[in-house]
Amino acid sequence: MGLALLSIIWLITFVSTYFFAAKTWWLPKGVTVAAPLIDHQFSFTYIVMGLVFVAAQSGLGYLVWKYRDRGQARPVSYSHGNTKLEVLWTALTAILFIGLNLMGSPIWAAERFEPAQAGAVPVEVTGMQFAWYFRYPGADGKYGATKPDLIDPSSGNEAAIGLDPEDAAAKDDVVTGTMFLPVNRQVDLSLRAVDVIHSFFVPSFRFKQDAVPGLIIQMHFTPTEVGDYEIACAELCGLGHYKMHGMVKVVSQADFDKWLAEREAAKQ
Amino acid sequence: MASTDLVHAHAAPQGFIRKYIFSLDHKVIGLQYYFLALIAVFTGMFLSLLMRIHLIWPTAQLPLVGEIKPETYLGLLTMHGTIMVFFVLTTAPQSGFGNYFLPIQIGAPDMAFPVLNMLSFWTTFVAFVVLISAFFVGGGAPLHGWTGYAPLSALPNAGPGQQLGADLWITSIAIFCVASLMGALNFITTTLDLRAKGMTLMRMPLTVWAWFITAILGLLAFGVLLSAGILLLLDRNLGTSFYVPLVVVNGQVMGHRGGSPLLWQHLFWFFGHPEVYIAILPGMGVASQLISTFSRKPIFGYRAMVYALMAIGFMGFMVWGHHMFMSGMSPYSAFAFSLMTMAIGVPSAIKTFNWLGTIWGGKVRLYSPMLFAIGFVSLFVSGGLSGPFLAQPVLDIPLHDTYFVVGHFHLIMGVAAIFGIFAATYYWFPKMFGRKMNETLAKVHFFVTLLGTYAIFMPMHYLGMAGQTRRYSQFTEVAYQTKLIPLQTFMTYAAFVTIAVQLVFLFNLFWSMKKGEKASDNPWEATTLEWTTATPPPHDNFGGRTPVVNHGPYEYSVPGAARDYTMQTDPATAPVD
Repeated sequence: MGLALLSIIWLITFVSTYFFAAKTWWLPKGVTVAAPLIDHQFSFTYIVMGLVFVAAQSGLGYLVWKYRDRGQARPVSYSHGNTKLEVLWTALTAILFIGLNLMGSPIWAAERFEPAQAGAVPVEVTGMQFAWYFRYPGADGKYGATKPDLIDPSSGNEAAIGLDPEDAAAKDDVVTGTMFLPVNRQVDLSLRAVDVIHSFFVPSFRFKQDAVPGLIIQMHFTPTEVGDYEIACAELCGLGHYKMHGMVKVVSQADFDKWLAEREAAKQ
Repeated sequence: MASTDLVHAHAAPQGFIRKYIFSLDHKVIGLQYYFLALIAVFTGMFLSLLMRIHLIWPTAQLPLVGEIKPETYLGLLTMHGTIMVFFVLTTAPQSGFGNYFLPIQIGAPDMAFPVLNMLSFWTTFVAFVVLISAFFVGGGAPLHGWTGYAPLSALPNAGPGQQLGADLWITSIAIFCVASLMGALNFITTTLDLRAKGMTLMRMPLTVWAWFITAILGLLAFGVLLSAGILLLLDRNLGTSFYVPLVVVNGQVMGHRGGSPLLWQHLFWFFGHPEVYIAILPGMGVASQLISTFSRKPIFGYRAMVYALMAIGFMGFMVWGHHMFMSGMSPYSAFAFSLMTMAIGVPSAIKTFNWLGTIWGGKVRLYSPMLFAIGFVSLFVSGGLSGPFLAQPVLDIPLHDTYFVVGHFHLIMGVAAIFGIFAATYYWFPKMFGRKMNETLAKVHFFVTLLGTYAIFMPMHYLGMAGQTRRYSQFTEVAYQTKLIPLQTFMTYAAFVTIAVQLVFLFNLFWSMKKGEKASDNPWEATTLEWTTATPPPHDNFGGRTPVVNHGPYEYSVPGAARDYTMQTDPATAPVD
């Protein structure tokens, strides 16, 4: 029985660790400035935890096998513990866990404590059951007013977010269902939700932030590679949660300018 | 220490109803809780089976159920989580086994307040009936998940199931909170006031310590959830705006103004994180008790184990914000919550080290209760080590609300706690029913369940890293997620096998009550007070005797002693303490 238990625990440990180490399933390629920093912290945590996992599981399997009762008259060591050992492993665990925490903190601070740089591309994201809308403030750099009673989800785009056509600042606002971003420029993101909580999650950007009704949440990030990336809603928002997805198209600055100009022209 | 005279001695009842239905006997009430949890766990497991089937075969026509729609899937998900967290993980380890064995282990004839005890069980029962009734009302069960985030949970027109189903869900939880508060008061008072002569605090079994600290957590946490639930009911039915700001649902401007969706999250998780420890601490107590007993060795670092329980309980109230790193909460407070969360890993690690230290140099008897205790440690380690990922806000960015989280909490709070319940069942069954459970069936049950649960929940970590979001009723709408369906399919097959083998457990449980091998009063040669009394224990637990305690709870293999266990009531001649 001891051997069976040892084998099962070691088997579970080996198979679990194999798929982690082989990276059969892994984070998608990161394409923002923060992604490599986050991935580095992830990999480091993951190696440390992996070592502890293998050591603890194989130790557990080994001990129950080694000290199994075989009916022999071997004396059992009568001990109530060892204070020095307790202090030692308490201290080691504390240093390890707190150290990991401190290592990751500067990345978090850079992501969330500082406002977006001047010159960042302003984009507003609005979540509603079950679609994402993206708004660009246009040449005036100002988002026009929105009114709750103008919100009409079935009409899409400008009408869906309730843009007030009477407001001068709203005239040049562009609203789309697909997000366009220029590469290598910081994005100054404003997140809103009109009905329930949604969460704007772009795995390739290592970016996630809830969109909360009643709040406008300011975030920023910088995409570094041209390409199409998927957005998935990460906060349960109702029966269509699973299909509340969208696309981000990261393009060159020239393509971005051209696209925006075309959308502006189409509005006039 | 107060004397046992505090309990109003109540004579053994004669009629069936007073004896088995509205019983005041803590042992009967403990079993009532246990069987309620048993019904709940098989219900919850059946719901998860339907969910796993729907994820892989979304259009399958199932017998009786028909085709599962996305909203039905979310209803199953809400009910699965709620049933498992409240009516299984809170009910069985704490209210079930705690009720039965806490009084006996401290040498008391009953709980401090037997009527309150009966009331708390029947209140829990009502809560369960109210919850299940949500399936049968118009619109069906709510789809807002077991966390019931507002405004989704607060707006009746935000989706099917958000009408009467959601009201019933909140009402059920509120009733459950009341029941838990009554139970917590009873546990705390009993532990403090009804200990037998010589049962000092530092001679209490670690199971008693765990139940005691869990009761304190329950007392502090359930009151907050109760209040939060009442406010949610007001938002839903009386037009208040605690949690709902101005919102527009499907083009309709709602009447709410100025509420805060984050307020619900703060209140919910102020309860919700301690709740995780409410589910797992009793399992830790059971693991400690069993590992010492079956290793024939005193527990390694008894005091450290007690202090670690206290530390976990205390710090458990200061980490709730780690559920909210992505919520829009101040990023500065994430620092504090993260640091505290990493710190709570330290007492958890101490416990693991001490379990290993107990096995080290022991003489390990691998009976089924011990196998499940070892399984508990393995799962606790596996589930625990994904914690330091999620506790770091910067790593929570890619992982939050993905299957990584689902894998994490199922291993540590779900399956580890369930292994604690199994271990306790196999261990105390002989005391409760006078017979042993079948050992061969128990071993089959153990090995398949251990492998099966790892096969279901370990891949969830891989899925989460790949960005698979949780609470999706289908994976067909997001291109990168459809690639992960083969792994999901594997997990569904693993779930089939694991669920099937639980029927072996169920059979063993009921078969052994009638046909199991007769058990002696102390079949495991253990030391604590429940093994000093008759099997099953008489109405007043010790047949008119009042036990006197002379030893600590885990005196195994004492040098010079006649046998390898010194019971707590043995004469104080052996060199101990």
